[in-house]
Amino acid sequence: MISRSKEAIMSINPDKIIQFSPLHRLQWEEAQQKDVILYPEGMVELNQSSAEILKMCDGTRALEQIVNDLEEKFSTTGLKNDIMAFLEVALQNGWIKQD
Amino acid sequence: MAGSNKIKITPPRWLLAELTYKCPLQCPYCSNPLDYNQHNNEISTEDWKRVLSEARKMGAVQLGFSGGEPLTRPDLPELVKHARELGYYSNLITSGYGLTEEKILQLKEAGLDHIQVSIQASTQDLNDHIAGTESFQSKKEVARLVKKHGYPMVLCVVIHRENIHQMPEILAMAEELGADYVELANTQYYGWAHANRDLLMPTKEQYEAAEKIAQDFKEKVADKMKIYYVIPDFHEARPKACMNGWGTTFLTIAPDGMALPCHSARELPGLDCPNVTEHSISEIWNESKAFNFFRGTDWMKEPCGSCDEKEKDFGGCRCQAYLLTGDMYATDPVCHKSPENTVIQEAIASARASALSGDEKPLIFRNSKNSKKY
Repeated sequence: MISRSKEAIMSINPDKIIQFSPLHRLQWEEAQQKDVILYPEGMVELNQSSAEILKMCDGTRALEQIVNDLEEKFSTTGLKNDIMAFLEVALQNGWIKQD
Repeated sequence: MAGSNKIKITPPRWLLAELTYKCPLQCPYCSNPLDYNQHNNEISTEDWKRVLSEARKMGAVQLGFSGGEPLTRPDLPELVKHARELGYYSNLITSGYGLTEEKILQLKEAGLDHIQVSIQASTQDLNDHIAGTESFQSKKEVARLVKKHGYPMVLCVVIHRENIHQMPEILAMAEELGADYVELANTQYYGWAHANRDLLMPTKEQYEAAEKIAQDFKEKVADKMKIYYVIPDFHEARPKACMNGWGTTFLTIAPDGMALPCHSARELPGLDCPNVTEHSISEIWNESKAFNFFRGTDWMKEPCGSCDEKEKDFGGCRCQAYLLTGDMYATDPVCHKSPENTVIQEAIASARASALSGDEKPLIFRNSKNSKKY
């Protein structure tokens, strides 16, 4: 059980580069036909949009760049809120980090 | 039981490779079989590589190198390298004993993802007593080196009556060592732990006090450390969902190549567990008698058969049912719906009486001398 107060403290800083956690591994699983996050003795199965967001967290982009690149890639607009919401979850789970 | 063709077979996700039963430690709660000394022939490097390849092809992705002490196998780096090439996430489950910085770097180079180090207690005296080997200082040093070289560091502490009072110090030690995860594994009473149960099982009051401390600590360190708490099932009202269901997720290969639906399944009678030197992993997983034996729910007796929670806990643990009731089809006696739940209450009472009596028998340590008695 993660306490509420801790969740409030951890949130995405829009100015900082986001990188995928060096303590986790993001990988395509052929047998499952999906991307997964692997960590000690555990696995999270990802849907396609979550996987696409995490692949952008490669240590070269901050929030705005991630949103722009994904909107361009999928020829759409208005993704910011969904991306932000997922990145908050990813940060709380330790899948991504900001220095 | 076996042979129902209606059951949809899911692929294995977790491969536990018990490379060896050799171990420099002698922990009296070891999950290896009591008669491990009779199964000490080990399959070859080539056999292991084939097992890894075949299981990976079916969909296994988490791989545990375990034992015994897996570091005693000289081919460990070669197997780690093979696993990495196949795309496994490799976990080394080790006592840390004999793990040098050079070896840590070599394994990193080979592609190892994670090292889980076990520590027996928060003090040298108790650690070395429980481990049956002087190992406390080297374990702490290994934990630091694991962290230093960029591995996620998991500290595993098996909890029992001799160390449960150290819960605050154990957690402080984990924090000081910079653990990313702490596994607080309440002893599960199989194998050696079953033989030592009266001496190892804490009282209910001890469990409750320790769990409260762990829970408070978990909230305090939520943003930097994750805590896995393996529940003391004897004190629960419902059994654990053992192995996430028989033959659904977990595949264990023992040192001698025997394929097991769970690491204790060797003890169950009449399963005819197959050996990887004779069958492919696909045949073993999909077609063998052993892996189909308790798949699905058709095998269940009452009260499991008509229970609305049967898809949630799968009737609990087959090995525990067999060990404590003599009937491997029975409801796990941990369940309060089990007509044989009294054996659990008697076990708790017996351990409590032993704790209060003050004239306890000595622990039976896990070593080959003691193993020969079984």
